[in-house]
Amino acid sequence: MELTILFYVFAALTLLPALVVVFSRSLIHAAFSLLFTFMGVAGLYVLLNADFIAVAQIMVYIGGILILLVFGVMLTRRPTDVDIQTSVMKTLPATIVVAAVLGTLLVTLVPAQWIQIDDMPAIDGTALEIGELLMTTFILPFEVAGILLLVAVMGAALIARKPKEL
Amino acid sequence: MPEVGLTHYLVVSIVLFCLGLLALVTRRNAVLMLMGIEFILNAANINLIAFSRFQGLNLDGHVFALFVIILAAAEAAVALAIVLHIYRMYNTVEADQIANLKE
Repeated sequence: MELTILFYVFAALTLLPALVVVFSRSLIHAAFSLLFTFMGVAGLYVLLNADFIAVAQIMVYIGGILILLVFGVMLTRRPTDVDIQTSVMKTLPATIVVAAVLGTLLVTLVPAQWIQIDDMPAIDGTALEIGELLMTTFILPFEVAGILLLVAVMGAALIARKPKEL
Repeated sequence: MPEVGLTHYLVVSIVLFCLGLLALVTRRNAVLMLMGIEFILNAANINLIAFSRFQGLNLDGHVFALFVIILAAAEAAVALAIVLHIYRMYNTVEADQIANLKE
């Protein structure tokens, strides 16, 4: 029962700030609403027994990506603009198409009969098992992800630096 | 109140995906479009974790979600570098005003 209430709390924490991001005219409000959405998603992960992914979500999304996005908001404005505003475009056709996508997904996925195992194996956290999987079955993707991050960091630094006068 | 099952999480994920899609197509500002992409990736991750949980905690889904988080971090870094560069060249990040391929 408590878990059901917690689920609805975290679902609201995820979706209501997401609405602010979509409809707010202020960039700063959108950036701060993102914090609550990411926290809500991390809470949903905890409810789904994904403790390691929840911590990774908080560390990477809130500690990394959100900070990057706030920097992006701060750096891409003229110093004279005090209140950063932004508008929307082609709202009506976009809303119709997205509503159609939403309707299709809901009609398809909600009545579907999923195989659902409710009882849990008795385990103490998932970090150990995920670490073992990463070092055995998924060792190649793990190494490739490391190289990808290195390349992404180098590429981002190269693209974002001031162009040198030739 | 019914017991929370797989479908509840799927509905949250679907709504989050559609909000991300809406932010991506209606927002003019490039940084807000990036936020829409993050919503879409988060919705995919909720799906992965939910299916993993309701298959009796199959941890392959967790590993996949971890890789999605890694890719999201790399994507955000590179995309923001590109946005900064665009801002330096055009003095704006409004997507409809950036119409030139070359200066």
